[in-house]
Amino acid sequence: MNPFSEKKSILDSVNSLLRPMRKPAAGGEDKIYKCKGCGNKYTKAILRENHFVCPSCGHYGKLSARTRITTVADRKSFREFSRSMIGKNPLKFPGYEEKIRDAEKATGLKEAVITGTCTIDGEKAVICVMDSRFLMASMGTAVGEKITRACEYATKKKLPIVVFCASGGARMQEGILSLMQMAKTSAAFGKHGEAGLLFISVLTNPTTGGVTASFAGLGDVILAEPGALIGFAGPRVIEQTIGEKLPEGFQSSEFQLEHGFVDAIVKRENMKETIGKIINLHRKAKDY
Amino acid sequence: MKRVLTAGERVKLARSPQRPRAKEYIEAIFDDFIELAGDGAFGEDRSLVCGIGSYRGIPVTVIGQQKGRNFEENMLYRFGMPNPEGYRKAIRLMRQAEKFGRPVITFVDTPGAYPGKEAEERGQGMAIAKCIQVMSLLKVPTVTFFIGEGGSGGALAIATSDRRIMLENSIFSILSPEGFASILWHDADRWEEACDAMKLTAGDILELGACDEVIPEPEVMDETGRRILFKKVDRAIDRNLKELLKLSEKELLKGRYKKLRDMGKTDVRN
Ligand SMILES: [Zn+2]
Repeated sequence: MNPFSEKKSILDSVNSLLRPMRKPAAGGEDKIYKCKGCGNKYTKAILRENHFVCPSCGHYGKLSARTRITTVADRKSFREFSRSMIGKNPLKFPGYEEKIRDAEKATGLKEAVITGTCTIDGEKAVICVMDSRFLMASMGTAVGEKITRACEYATKKKLPIVVFCASGGARMQEGILSLMQMAKTSAAFGKHGEAGLLFISVLTNPTTGGVTASFAGLGDVILAEPGALIGFAGPRVIEQTIGEKLPEGFQSSEFQLEHGFVDAIVKRENMKETIGKIINLHRKAKDY
Repeated sequence: MKRVLTAGERVKLARSPQRPRAKEYIEAIFDDFIELAGDGAFGEDRSLVCGIGSYRGIPVTVIGQQKGRNFEENMLYRFGMPNPEGYRKAIRLMRQAEKFGRPVITFVDTPGAYPGKEAEERGQGMAIAKCIQVMSLLKVPTVTFFIGEGGSGGALAIATSDRRIMLENSIFSILSPEGFASILWHDADRWEEACDAMKLTAGDILELGACDEVIPEPEVMDETGRRILFKKVDRAIDRNLKELLKLSEKELLKGRYKKLRDMGKTDVRN
């Protein structure tokens, strides 16, 4: 048996389903996108207004980390940490640096997560947003380090932390150091929790593998976007293991809610308000 | 002079049915071991053996991933691949250990957590996450031995300890070499090449700073070989526990956090 062999192809197919199709004719806000759910075409401006949810079929389009921040943080409140942090090539894996450079060119990001502080409906918080366009938001050392630093900052400043999770899992090219980021981040969030501070984990499409099995699964409150793929092992790996097809909707946000692993499914349009309220409801009684 | 083995050969050895299993280490090293079953919520998972016993007179909690030697045993132990209730049992026993001030000794030997349908329905990822976190915060000394395969998050779940010690021919990897080869090169047959690229041998892991110590193994795993190996593991427990029990709770937790915190710290640049 070969439990993880099919994972990448699954994630690639999920990825291509969600990637908005680009029409080369237009640029910027007039750029035309075709919905992967229903095939209808919309300009970027219209989609932006609708939080990149298809106005006709409700399909959730993929959000870049920077766009995500604009949908959640109060205007001009975001201050970024470690903006230029990058990882090295600890295993000297052939072709890895090139892969990173390609991802950087394609996304304008240095790594698969953006971290910083902001206010959300007036509530001050540390925020981390993963971007699945960058090597499937796999967890390399730089991702682990940025999230850990953000979490340690939140602990030090007694701030809540909100993490928008998305990940295809481990960063293969970094081997065991990628795996150890699960331990590093989990320990950091553990200390944040022991200090009595709030951690809100938001699961977006897809959240799988080592991220699910570390900080994504450790929030005091775990929210999910509708219809996201959330799980540990990938669907095809499971099908291979059990020798049968999985039912429709297996490992969806709705499945996870049904099985008791997420607190609530929150629509993108309501996410900011919901997070703001949850943070507000975690004020200490002595603050009154 | 011992020939230096290739990474691929070590992977084969790590998976060999000739190697002692967790229960054999427990039997050889601890007195009065009493197995404690169940996660107290859903069920019992035999692939993770948990219990309490005496180590040279000190009460300890022992947690180990158990593989079988034949088909029947492997079905019983699910090839050493725990389900969520296994990890939840480990969490229960770790918290119990903390309550009674017992050090925790764990034995890692798994290809990974079980990737089954029910495992997902019962929250495999979150069970592992919780186990990793609970262990990383535990207020008692923790020592982990990698005795065979250390596959992915399923292994890490019981290895966020004060001391990670690997047997010479054990491995610690992000996924199976076969999985690695098929994901990166779309060719599972290139698994031996993957073994080299992945840096998963005990020596590699030590160099990368993800384990603290490597215990040399006897060349032949016969009766004498096993006895020698048990003795070495026994001495490593003794030495490490003595060091860890000298520390205050604060020093212990600080040291453990720093070690996890530093994973890959020098592998990034601003
Ligand atoms: Zn649509």
